[in-house]
Amino acid sequence: MTDTTTATDLLALHETMAVIRRTEKAAHDLFMSGLVKGTTHLAAGHEAVAVGTRSALKDGDYAFATYRGHHHAIAWGATPEECLAELMQRSTGLNKAKGGSMHLTKADAGMLGSYAIVGAHLPMAVGAAWSARLRKTDQVAVAFFGDGATNIGAFHEALNLAAVWKLPVLFVCENNFYMEYTPIGSVTGVGNPAADRAPSYGIPAEIVDGNDVVAVRDAVARAAGRARAGDGPTVLEAQTYRHYGHSRTDPAKYRPDGELERWLERDPLTVSAGRLREAGTSDDDIKAAEDRAAAVVDQAIAAARAAPQADLSEAFTDVWADGGAAWRT
Amino acid sequence: MADVTTAQDVVTYRESVAEGIAREMRRDPTVVCLGEDIGAAGGVFKTTVGLFDEFGPERVWDTPISEQAIVGAAMGAAMTGMRPVAEIMFSDFLACCWDYLANEIPKVRYMTGGQVTVPLVIRTANGGGLGFGAQHSQSVENWALTVPGLKIAAPSTPADVVGLMASAVRSDDPVVFFEHKGLFASKGAPAPDGHVVPFGEAAVLRQGTDVTLVALASTVPMALTAADRLAAEGVEAEVLDLRCLIPLDVTAVLRSVERTSRLVVVEENPYQGGWGATVVSVVADEGFELLDAPVKRVAGANVPLPFADALEDQVIPTVDKVVDTVRSLATY
Ligand SMILES: Cc1ncc(C[n+]2csc(CCOP(=O)(O)OP(=O)(O)O)c2C)c(N)n1
Ligand SMILES: [Mg+2]
Repeated sequence: MTDTTTATDLLALHETMAVIRRTEKAAHDLFMSGLVKGTTHLAAGHEAVAVGTRSALKDGDYAFATYRGHHHAIAWGATPEECLAELMQRSTGLNKAKGGSMHLTKADAGMLGSYAIVGAHLPMAVGAAWSARLRKTDQVAVAFFGDGATNIGAFHEALNLAAVWKLPVLFVCENNFYMEYTPIGSVTGVGNPAADRAPSYGIPAEIVDGNDVVAVRDAVARAAGRARAGDGPTVLEAQTYRHYGHSRTDPAKYRPDGELERWLERDPLTVSAGRLREAGTSDDDIKAAEDRAAAVVDQAIAAARAAPQADLSEAFTDVWADGGAAWRT
Repeated sequence: MADVTTAQDVVTYRESVAEGIAREMRRDPTVVCLGEDIGAAGGVFKTTVGLFDEFGPERVWDTPISEQAIVGAAMGAAMTGMRPVAEIMFSDFLACCWDYLANEIPKVRYMTGGQVTVPLVIRTANGGGLGFGAQHSQSVENWALTVPGLKIAAPSTPADVVGLMASAVRSDDPVVFFEHKGLFASKGAPAPDGHVVPFGEAAVLRQGTDVTLVALASTVPMALTAADRLAAEGVEAEVLDLRCLIPLDVTAVLRSVERTSRLVVVEENPYQGGWGATVVSVVADEGFELLDAPVKRVAGANVPLPFADALEDQVIPTVDKVVDTVRSLATY
C-alpha cells in the first residue's frame, strides 16, 4: 500500500475489477448460450491495468483501447449493462449495436474508442494529447495496446512524434506475452517489447506488475505527473496474462502446462484482496464488495436480455455528422 | 475559358491553397495544420507559403516523415475539439496511411453509434502530367471513393480551391481534398471575400446541347478546351465540373444528360475502378431513357504511369482523346 492509496480506495478498485471479471464471465457464458455472436476478446486477467490506470487519472483524461477493451470501457464508466447489451446486439447497446465487442466506446467519459487494427490507435492518442496541449487543458491521453502492437509501424511513428512534440501521452502496453497464438518473444529482438524500445525514442519507460492494481496506479501517477508537467510521454509495460484464449474460438492449447495456473496464483483480484487484508479490511467487507459486483452484473444480464433488438433504422444513421448517410444528390 | 488568361485571372491555384487555409485559420482558432515541410519551408509544392509566418509554430506544425502519425494524430485531435488540416505530400503516399482513410477515420463515428465526430481535412497533391513516374503521379481520388464515410473534394480553379477549402474545414465530416499538381501554376479569378462553395454542387461551366462532358480537377480545363475545338466543328458540348465526388451531384449530371442525350466522362484515375464508372452506373440506372448513344469514359489506362512525357500522354486523358471520343459519339 502506498500513501496515495487508502484501504477505502483500494476496496473500490477491487470492486470495479470484480465487475469487469463478472462481465467477462457473462460475455463468455452468453456466447456459449448463443446470445452473443461474432467474436469477443476477453480481458479477464488484465483488469488491474485498466482500473489502476483510470484511478490514477482525472476525469476528462482520454483513453484509446483495443478490441480487447471491455475492461477499459468499464474502467472509464461504461456500465456492464451497456456493454452486454452491445454484445447482445440490443438497441440499448453502448454503440447502438453498431460496434460490437471490439469497438466499445464511452466518448462522454473520454474513452474514445476500441480499435481492431493492431496499433492504429496509438497515433490517435498522440493527436488527442496534441489537442490537449493546443487547447491548453491539462488532460493526458492513454493508449492501451498489446505486446504484439510493438512490432507495427504505427507504434514507432507514434512514439517518435509524441517524443519530439513532448506530448502528454501515456503508452500503456498490456504485455500478456502472446499475440494471437504466438509468443511475442519469438518475433521480437528485445526482451521487453515496449519498454526496451522506448529509450531509442528518448522516452522513459517502466516495467510494472500488471496484476497489481496499486503498482499500476502508482506508475501511472508518476507518468501522468510528468506528462502534465510538460515533460512528455512515458512508456509503461504492464506484465499480465489473459485467462481465456485470444478470442472466442481459441482454446489456448499452445500454452505450456502449468503456465495458466502459475498466473492464476497472481490473479489481480487475489493480489488486491491480499493487499486489502494487509491494510486491515475484513474478509466480510471484501466479500460484500464482490457480492455487489456480482449483483450489478446479474442485473445487467437480465436488463440486456430484456432489451429490444437493434433498431433497423440505425443501419443508415451516423455515417455523417448530420446523422444521415446520404452520399449523392 | 481555361487556356485563355484574362485580366481578372490574377491568382494561381497554388497560392489559393494557402489563401483558403489562411482564411479559415483566421476565422477559427481550432484550425491547425500539420505535415512534412509545410512550416517555414512553405511546402514542397509551396502551397502553404505564408502560413507559418502568419500563424506561428503552435498552428503550423512540421512533422517527421510519418504518414500514419500525421493522419492518426489529426484524427485524435479532430475527435477532441480541433479542426486539423493534414498534408500528405503526394497522394501516392496515402497508401502509407491507408488504414486511417479506409478503416479508422470513415468508420469511427458509425461504429461508435455517433459518439464521436471527426472534423478533419487531409490535403494531398494528386495527379500526373508532370513526368514524375509511377509513384508520384497517380490520380487516386477513386481510392477514397471506395470507402463510405469520406467526403471528397477536387477543385479545378483557384476560386474553387478557396471556396471548397472553406467547406472542407467547416465540415464536421472528414474530407479528403485533392489538389491537382498539374493545376498548381494555373491562374484564375481570385475568390471573393467569404467565398464558400458548398459540397455536392457541380458547376456547369459551359452550356451545350449535343453532349455532356463530366470532368473533375485537371480534366476540367481539358474538357473546356475540347469543347472549344468541338464548337468549331459545330458540336456544342456542355461541361460539368463535379468539384466533389462525395457528395456526388448526380442530379446535375442527369439534368444535363436530359438536355444533351449524350455523356462522356473525363477522369484521370484508371479506367478500372475509376469514379466515372460510378457516375455512369447511376446514369445507366436512372437515366437510361435519356440517352441516345452509348456512354463513354475517357480515363487513365490500366497501367502504372510511365515517366517519359510521350508515354505518359498515351495513358492519361488528353484534349485529343476527349475530342475524338465526342466525335465518335456525335455520329452515332
Ligand atoms: C494490423 C493487424 N494485423 C493483424 C491483426 C489480427 N490480430 C488481431 S489481434 C492480434 C494479436 C495482437 O496481439 P497483442 O498486440 O499482443 O494483443 P492481445 O490480443 O494479446 O491483447 C492479431 C495478430 C489485426 N487485427 N490487425
Ligand atoms: Mg498480447
